[in-house]
Amino acid sequence: MIYEVFRQERKGQPFQHAGSVEAADDHFADVYAREQYGRRGESAALWIVPRSAVLEIHEFVDELNRNYHRVDGYPLKEKLKEARERAASAKSAGALSAGEG
Amino acid sequence: MDEKVQNTLLEIADDELILGWRDSEWTGIAPLLEEDVAFSSIAQNEIGHARALYELLARERGTSADELAFDRSPGEYRCAQLVELRLLDWGQTIARHYLYEQADAIRLAQLKLSSDSEIAGLAAKIDREETYHRMHAQMWHDRLQDEPRYVAALEELRPLLDQRGEHTSELSELWEEMTMVRRSQPAGTKW
Repeated sequence: MIYEVFRQERKGQPFQHAGSVEAADDHFADVYAREQYGRRGESAALWIVPRSAVLEIHEFVDELNRNYHRVDGYPLKEKLKEARERAASAKSAGALSAGEG
Repeated sequence: MDEKVQNTLLEIADDELILGWRDSEWTGIAPLLEEDVAFSSIAQNEIGHARALYELLARERGTSADELAFDRSPGEYRCAQLVELRLLDWGQTIARHYLYEQADAIRLAQLKLSSDSEIAGLAAKIDREETYHRMHAQMWHDRLQDEPRYVAALEELRPLLDQRGEHTSELSELWEEMTMVRRSQPAGTKW
């Protein structure tokens, strides 16, 4: 059986996938994972999970192309440019009205 | 350090060196890849424990760990017959491992109580690593304990735990190989 091993480097940090071990049962997985991922002080804790317990998702449907759901749906460069232009025109409008007063 | 204590330390060091050597014979040919990694690591730990014990003794005796480990004749080693055997069967190897770890735990517990703080400290350090060995031995024991071949191996090997003083011919064969490179150069060669 394959077990996936997740490793926490220091207390409070997130667990990250470290690799996997092949073992006959949980007991063997425990010993093999300690041996390979925990014995040299490199981990504060380990999660050992049977691969069969992992739910995998590969396809992410976006039928309506709602790109605002995604990080890349916001092209920051353009928005920054627009914001700068707005700020500049507001400033010049302000200067103008100050001159009039 | 009195003679009796020195001899006990030498007994343990020799056990660890010879067992580590025998266990290392499984490197590359263990029944499973994960086991190959785990068992090789155990073998290396045992030899590391032997080195630490030899170093302690060497300071006491004005010699070096290498000289203690390699420059005695096979008859001068104090190891038990249990660790000398070249076992080609995995079940037998696990039986030996289990018997040895059980006996070693008792011995280390005693040593941790030593009035010599250096000895007690080293025993505690070794014991922390042996914890992994015991976990490893126990999980295999649990898995194999109903196998007749394994049970027979335990029965066959158990008496050899206390067989010291007399050695098997397998120790001299091991010694020949273990010290071959060192003996290829004149005594006192700096490596």
